[in-house]
Amino acid sequence: MDQSHRVPMIGRRGFIAGAAALGALHHPTGALGAMARDADEAVFTTAFPQKGRMILQRTRPPLLETPFEVFDQGVYTPNDRFFVRWHWAGIPEQVDVATFTLTVHGHVDRPLTLGLGELLAMPRIEYAAVNQCSGNSRSLFSPRVGGAQWRHGAMGNARWVGVPLKAVLDRAGVKAGAVAIRARGLDEPVVPDAPAFAKSLAIDHARDGEVMIAFQMNGEQLPLLNGFPLRLVVPGWYSTYWVKMLSDIEVLAAPDDQYWTKMAYRIPDTPHASVAPGQAGYAQVPINRMVPRSFITNLVDGAQVAAGKPLALRGLAFGGDQGVAKVEVSADGGGTWRQAQLAQDEGRYSFRQWHLAAPGPTAGPVRLMARCTNTAGETQPLEANWNPNGFMRNVVETTTLTAA
Amino acid sequence: MNRARILLAIATAGLATPAFAASDITTVMGPGGVTLRSVTVDLPQSDREFPGADAAAINNNCLTCHSAGMVLRQPPFPREKWAEIVNKMIQTYKAPIDAGDVPAIVDYLAKR
Ligand code: HEC
Repeated sequence: MDQSHRVPMIGRRGFIAGAAALGALHHPTGALGAMARDADEAVFTTAFPQKGRMILQRTRPPLLETPFEVFDQGVYTPNDRFFVRWHWAGIPEQVDVATFTLTVHGHVDRPLTLGLGELLAMPRIEYAAVNQCSGNSRSLFSPRVGGAQWRHGAMGNARWVGVPLKAVLDRAGVKAGAVAIRARGLDEPVVPDAPAFAKSLAIDHARDGEVMIAFQMNGEQLPLLNGFPLRLVVPGWYSTYWVKMLSDIEVLAAPDDQYWTKMAYRIPDTPHASVAPGQAGYAQVPINRMVPRSFITNLVDGAQVAAGKPLALRGLAFGGDQGVAKVEVSADGGGTWRQAQLAQDEGRYSFRQWHLAAPGPTAGPVRLMARCTNTAGETQPLEANWNPNGFMRNVVETTTLTAA
Repeated sequence: MNRARILLAIATAGLATPAFAASDITTVMGPGGVTLRSVTVDLPQSDREFPGADAAAINNNCLTCHSAGMVLRQPPFPREKWAEIVNKMIQTYKAPIDAGDVPAIVDYLAKR
């Protein structure tokens, strides 16, 4: 694996001499007071390889958010606009497909080292699935919480092609008594003794035949920043499990006791993962399946519309770990609801587009809401959840317009 | 994504170095026309520093693992919350930070 990738040298303060000082990264700050003002202002960048215009949340390691207008352009999120989230800056800048390998080891009969050619030769599966960060929409938490201050753009939908994780595990022969698999990518911490990013899945989940080792996204190889050449796809579950640059799968005979599974990405074990700010002493569990969400995509907060003229609304919804059963829209702040028309079903785990012609609003402020119910009957709540990490937001969102 | 598109993306991004040196290209092919091509990129780096006359401690200690952007985008927090975050960097993520610098870092972050 040593020759298959290279990691940049990182100076003590994280600077690389001579690195392009990019216009998009320039920020007019001087006084401390500017920090607070800057916090909510979107800064765009086109500086990242294989990526178009993105919202810059952090340069190193990259946190890039999909601008919201992209979600109005189709049911699939283009690869070059798909959000990016890395934890550690030791990200290989080169991946050589001829020497890259995926290792399967641990509690197995036959440890494996598979090249990409061997993986491509295995039977494939394909489906559409939403990849959403656990902390998507975190900046809307009230009171505010720490972490990447995403708006709604830490999510995307793609068609994934790959090999079922089950087939690779079967090839290695999982031994009786296995309880989980732990997945790791090529990314590395940049200081000694720090916890490398790795996530585990229960063995039955890993062998459900749907969890995928993906090598294509929307018909192309993955952008490097989205995990080239391989990433785990865990449909219906939050992105934290979708390990990028997947290079190592360890079958565990005991629960994962490493930091990123045991301590990080945990949610209150309460309805909607919600607690009161300041509350303590509640049980926590690892974040897991996603919950339904929906968005109006063709109108944004502050838009002006004509009073009395029918409103053509469209948007996206997803059911979390289930399909979308219905999307209802309210044009009066939740007083009355009308059922939207669902566009083509791209699969249980996909975004689903919807449309609705709402009656012309009366002059004044208009509060639009969209609410998704999934095929298991789970509906988005009208009240926002809260937890200290800003995870799992799925409240019915409100778009406020002015009709005149 | 093919080479031309990557080069185009890089050109759009305005980076000086091309993403691919022609000699680096290798491919692995599978059934159904699936082809994977080696990729080389240059990830942008940030030279952004924490602003202000009292930023020496934070600039010396908080740019090793991540650039300043996300820290600067955090909402205002009380001092105790910042102390907790700085402590997490040290205890959990093994940030090499002099204990003596911690109060100045926390002061900086809490002063809004
Ligand atoms: C040893 C590496 C390292 C150093 C040095 C470091 N951090 Fe972090 N920091 C991390 C990691 C890892 C994360 C979590 C992953 C991510 O955010 O991508 C993080 C996340 C954060 C966050 C997001 C909130 C959270 O709790 O995750 C803030 C704010 C932050 N760091 C501030 C700081 C400050 C202030 C300093 C200087 C005292 C600092 N960091 C130094 C590694 C480091």
